[in-house]
Order: sequence, then C-alpha cells, then structure tokens
Amino acid sequence: MRKLLVSPAPHIYSAENTRRIMMDVLIALAPSLLVSIYFFGFSAIQLVVVGALTCVGVEYVIQKYLLKTEVTISDLSAAVTGVLLALNLPPNSPWWLMLIGSIVAIGVAKMTFGGLGQNIFNPALVGRVFLLISFPVLMTDWTIPESWFRAGVDATTGATPLALVKEGLAQGLSVEEILANSLDLSYFQMLFVKTGGSVGEVSAFALLLGFAYLLFRRVIRPHIPVTIFLTIALFSGIFWLIDPNQYMDPLFNILTGGVLIGSIFMATDYVTSPMTARGMVIYGVGIGVITMLIRMFGSYPEGISFAILIMNSVVPLINKYIKPARFAKEVKNG
Amino acid sequence: MKKTFALGGVHPHDHKISAGAAIEDFPVLSRVYISMAQHLGSPSEPVVAKGDRVKVGQLIGKPTGFMSACIHSSVSGTVASIEPVADLAGNKVNTIIIDVEGDEWEPSIDRSQTIVREITATKEEILKRIADCGIVGLGGASFPTHIKLTPPPGKKADYLLINGAECEPYLTSDHRIMLEMPEQILIGARLMMKALDVKKCFFGVEENKPDAIASLRRFSSEYPEIEVVSLKKKYPQGGEKQLIDALIGRRVPAMGLPIDAGAVVQNCGTALAVYEAVQKNKPLFEGIVTITGDCTEQQRNFRLRVGTPFNKMLDAVGGLPEQAVKLISGGPMMGKAVANIEAASVKSTSALLVLTEEQTKRKPQTQCIRCGKCVQVCPMGLEPYLLNKLAKVSRMDELEANRVQDCIECGCCLYTCPAQLPLLDNIRVGKGQVIRILRSRPKK
Repeated sequence: MRKLLVSPAPHIYSAENTRRIMMDVLIALAPSLLVSIYFFGFSAIQLVVVGALTCVGVEYVIQKYLLKTEVTISDLSAAVTGVLLALNLPPNSPWWLMLIGSIVAIGVAKMTFGGLGQNIFNPALVGRVFLLISFPVLMTDWTIPESWFRAGVDATTGATPLALVKEGLAQGLSVEEILANSLDLSYFQMLFVKTGGSVGEVSAFALLLGFAYLLFRRVIRPHIPVTIFLTIALFSGIFWLIDPNQYMDPLFNILTGGVLIGSIFMATDYVTSPMTARGMVIYGVGIGVITMLIRMFGSYPEGISFAILIMNSVVPLINKYIKPARFAKEVKNG
Repeated sequence: MKKTFALGGVHPHDHKISAGAAIEDFPVLSRVYISMAQHLGSPSEPVVAKGDRVKVGQLIGKPTGFMSACIHSSVSGTVASIEPVADLAGNKVNTIIIDVEGDEWEPSIDRSQTIVREITATKEEILKRIADCGIVGLGGASFPTHIKLTPPPGKKADYLLINGAECEPYLTSDHRIMLEMPEQILIGARLMMKALDVKKCFFGVEENKPDAIASLRRFSSEYPEIEVVSLKKKYPQGGEKQLIDALIGRRVPAMGLPIDAGAVVQNCGTALAVYEAVQKNKPLFEGIVTITGDCTEQQRNFRLRVGTPFNKMLDAVGGLPEQAVKLISGGPMMGKAVANIEAASVKSTSALLVLTEEQTKRKPQTQCIRCGKCVQVCPMGLEPYLLNKLAKVSRMDELEANRVQDCIECGCCLYTCPAQLPLLDNIRVGKGQVIRILRSRPKK
C-alpha cells in the first residue's frame, strides 16, 4: 500500500515567504533608485552595489565562519539593508564610507543580536547614525541633485531644505525671505523632481510609488507611515498656524528631511516595529513627535533617523502591553 | 459592502472544481463499516448482533448517555461482525460491519420525490424525530443536533443562523444541495425555528455561489422569516463565531457558546437532514460528499451511504493518482489527514480531497521575521507568534493570559506565515493543556 502523508491541518499554505517579501521591498525601492541614478549617476550605482555586496558578504562570513550556522543570505534581507543604507547616504559619499556603514549595520546591529528577526534596532539606521556621528562633515555634504549628464563630475553641494531653513531661521530671517532666496523649495519641485538630501529621497513621487507598491502587495500595512505623516502634519501645523513666518508648513515638513523614506521603508521594518495595528499607531505617533521635537528644539535639522531608533527601543514594551483587539468582548463566567 | 466577520481571515484560492457536477447516487457496495463513534460525545451501543438481518434506515446503535446519538444502517443485509476497526486516524473504534444484500428500505421512510411543505409536528415532536433519526451537525463537529436545539435552562435563542458559507476551498457539497434542494433546506430551517421557538433566521452564503443564493431566494421569498444573506468570500466565514459576527454583529463571549450570544448555528446540510427526518421520516444514513483534487481524473459530488471506505470512494473518480501524497477528509484548512485509506465514511464526512506533494508539502522553516501577519489574519484577535513561543516552553499562565483558549484552530496563522513556522501545531498543544487546567479548576 502507498504511504500517505499525515500531518495536522491546515494542509495548504500561502505562497508567502521571506525572500519574496524582501524582493518586494527591493522592487518598491527601484523607482527611487532609478531616479537617483539619473541624478547622481555612477556615484549612486557604486553606493548601492558596495552596500548590498558588503551587507551580504558580512552576513555570509559571520554565519559561515564565526557562528558556523546555516547561511541565510538568500533570504535577501541583508541585501535590503545594504540598499536602504546606500539610499540614506549623501550622494557622492566615498565607497569606504558605505563599506564601514554596512559592516556596522550587519555586523553590529543585526548579527550580534542573533540575526534576522532578533535585532532590536533597524540595522540600516544604526549604520547611518553611526556614520553621522563618526563622519559628521561627510554625512552632511549634500550634492544638489542635478542630472549628471549636465552636471558632469563637478556636482555642486549644498544644504538640504530643512538645514537651509534652520540656518536661515537662526540668522533671523523669516520663512518668506528664506524661500525667496531659494528657488528649489517649491512643492512641485520637491514632489516630482528633486529634493536635496540623501541618495534615495530625490523624488518624493518615486518614494510614494514604492509605498503604493508595498501596500498593493500587502507587504506593509499603512498604519505606521500614515500615523507618522499625520502626527508631523498636526504637530507642525499647530506651530505654523501660530506663526507662519517662524515655522514651516506641514507639507514641507513631510516632504523633506527623510520623512518619506524613513516612514515608508525604515519605520515599517518588520523586525523592529510593533506586531499589532494598535501598537503600530502608538509607534508612528512616537516617531512623529520625536522627529518634530528634534527638528524644532534639537541641533539636527532632520531627526527622523533618531526618532525611529528611539521608538525601536520601545517596541518590545509595546508588544508586551498593547494587545490586538480580541474577538471576544467579554469572558463567560464559571 | 457585503457582510463579513470583523477580524482577520485569509483568502485561499477556492478551487471549487466540482461545483458544476450534479449530485449522483454513489453505488451501494457489498460491505459497509458503520462506526459507533460518529458524533461528539459517548459512542453508541450496538442493538443488533452478528447474523441479524437489517434494512436501510433500521436503528443499529442506540445512544449511551446525554451526549450521544442514534445510528442507523445505511444498507440492507446481514451483520457480518461487530468489532473494533481502525478509523481514518488509525484508532480502533467499535464498528458494525454489514454484508449488503439488495436495497430494502424501512417501509416507514417516505422515498417519494414530493416535497412536504406543511409543518404539522409540534416542537416536541420535531426534537424527538431529530433525536430518533440520529441527526448530528454536518458542519464538521458532529454535535448531536437535538441537544443544540434545546438551549440550557435560562438561555433563549433570538436567531437561528444557517451556515451555507462553505468557506473551505474545494468543498462543493453544500453548494450543490443549496442549488438542487433549496426548498427542502428552507423547510428544514423552519422546522428548527419552530423547535427553538425563534422568529428570525439568517441564512449566510458566500458570494462565490451566486447560483445557490439565487436558488434559495427563489423560495425564501415565501418565508419572510428567513433572510438569505450574501457574504463576502473570506475564510473562516463558516466558523460559528465568525458567522454570528458576520450575520448579526454579535460576539460570542470567550469560553462561551453561540447561545450566549442568543444564536444557534446549524449547517445547511443539517437543515436538509432535519427536513428529511421530520417530513420524510428518513434517518441520517447518507450524506452529500465531494470527492475532488486537482490531480484526480474526475471531481464529483455524490450521495453516499455512511460506512463507505475511502479507497472505494476514490475508485469513483479514477482511483488514487500517482502524484497524490495526502488524502483529507474534509477541506484543506481544517480537514483531517487520512492515515488509513481503508477507513469508512461517517455521517459528517463532507469531502475526500486528494492533494499532491507540491500542494501540501511544508517548506523548510525559516526565522520569524516578526511581520505580524499571523496577528493580522487571526479571526480571534490573538497573537499566534507569541502563543507559539509560549507553547513551546509550556508557559501555561502566560498562554492563558494571552487567551490561547479562544483559538478556534482555523489555521489562518500557519497558512499565512512567511517563515512557514508550525504555529498552529504548537498552539494546539498549548491550548489543550490550558483547557485541561481550566476544566480542573473548581467552578465559582
């Protein structure tokens, strides 16, 4: 008689797997990547390739030779970390900066905690913040996005929109005066063409396209990015209404300083974000508030990287105490 | 917006290949194996002995105790033996083996095609007929129907809910009876309403069966007390608690029964059996079974006598295909894997499903990436990733605090998990242990 397979139900499984999810994240990043290649050319390609290869390589070496466990680089999670880190560096960053960041991201932030699923902090962000603190000059040397066909090798550098405004305000200028001095800050410009900042945030439109893809593929839920946007809009909106000459409006705050790339791709990292919808909302509000506090009262103009990392540390607590909406509203006695 | 339950759920491909196949009579075999444990509760006791001659529909097993059921012969012939026989899981169960001779029915059974619409039986008579005919819930749990239709003292049902969701992929037996015997099912529902003394009945059918909905509505217009509701397609819509939520927006309390939310849920197949029992005097000895699979030569729906071995059932669709690795009694989400292919069908057998290695082989497990998808799909609002972890280290107090006892074992978590973790396998073990502890506690 033939031998039959016997196992408990369910007997069929969805096609979801980690590799497919990571592949979807890479696909969602593709529009931003293409835009940055258009603007920064070889420099962007170099950063992404060095980032992905180093992250995968470091994970391979640690798993194979240090831990002597199964090598899981084919799940693509290390590659995602590398690409994300590359997209979060200033354009024209030297390749060795990327190399150091990648080693810290995978070697320190991911593997020391036990690898995929175990780390508390977002590896790419740890890498970025490590570089920001260790190489402050390089990490705030922003190339003004200009098609590299035209700009060639002599790309000009300047400050990000947020840094521009922060400096201007510090010098006693009003928002109106700052905007008048800089043509680059129109919304059309920021949405569709270019925003000064890291490699990956040149085009808000490309990032939103990636967001739509992730939602469509149900890789992420909208809770985290949407609550971050709403919190930032509300927080900055109140101040803006009080004094539009001292504070930037809500849309400006959302479109600049890495809020889009951070909310869509960093804050939604499965491993370091809450498990329940309720938890995600709390986490998103926390990130929004901390980002605005840093922007308005701190010394960094952007702030979202720190906000996400700070909220990462609260996630275990959120998971412990914030429970999903249970089906049963009451418990039967006896 | 179509109605559905509020929390979680998944959308597996429905594979209703046999939906177009009309119900056929399965040939009566030369030998049947009728188990004495076909229902929830204590097994029945044989009332015939070896060598006795029996007719179709004759009582052969009587209930033992409160939670038990009558069992009737599905064939006419001679009792060959009464002995323990392995069931589908391989457990030995007391079984009456009958050698078939002819097909002689009890004369009291009304075998005509006429539909008996008029309800003359009183509430008590209806309940007695249901008990005497051995009707059990055909949705899977095989709960004796007369007990479910008799709410405990102090409890009152406001609604009767008929489950025609058939949310499990592949299964089409409920679909076919709603299509072919809608009036009989509706009369069965009205009989149960009378037994329960309720004024309103909701009949939930998933939207992927528009023909069944239309066919029911054609007759339900005559009965304003029955409302046929088209439900959004989502698994596990047919779970009792989920169906109550979808149809009347009430939530059954934790550790409670549907009656605690003022509802009694019956499967549409059970409604048909009730009709046949009360109006046609026909005991439950045959049922509608889907025999299907992507790899089988044919996919068909049969009216099958209780006690037909699975291997004989497979012969009717072209035999066990070469690439088949798993046989399932029921649907792919909650059905039971068949270990013993010679085991026989029971009253609640709704399907025999054949799966290939590619369809059913579990892929290697990977690391939990904390994606939260298991939490998102859990229809009970639990955290399967956490329960899995706690169950593996037997943390009973924390399992209880995190409500493992509410798990309905629908399998959405394991189905969804991108890391292919055996979530439900572990949770089921933890749940069993916690429920044992809860039951052993003195009641307040």
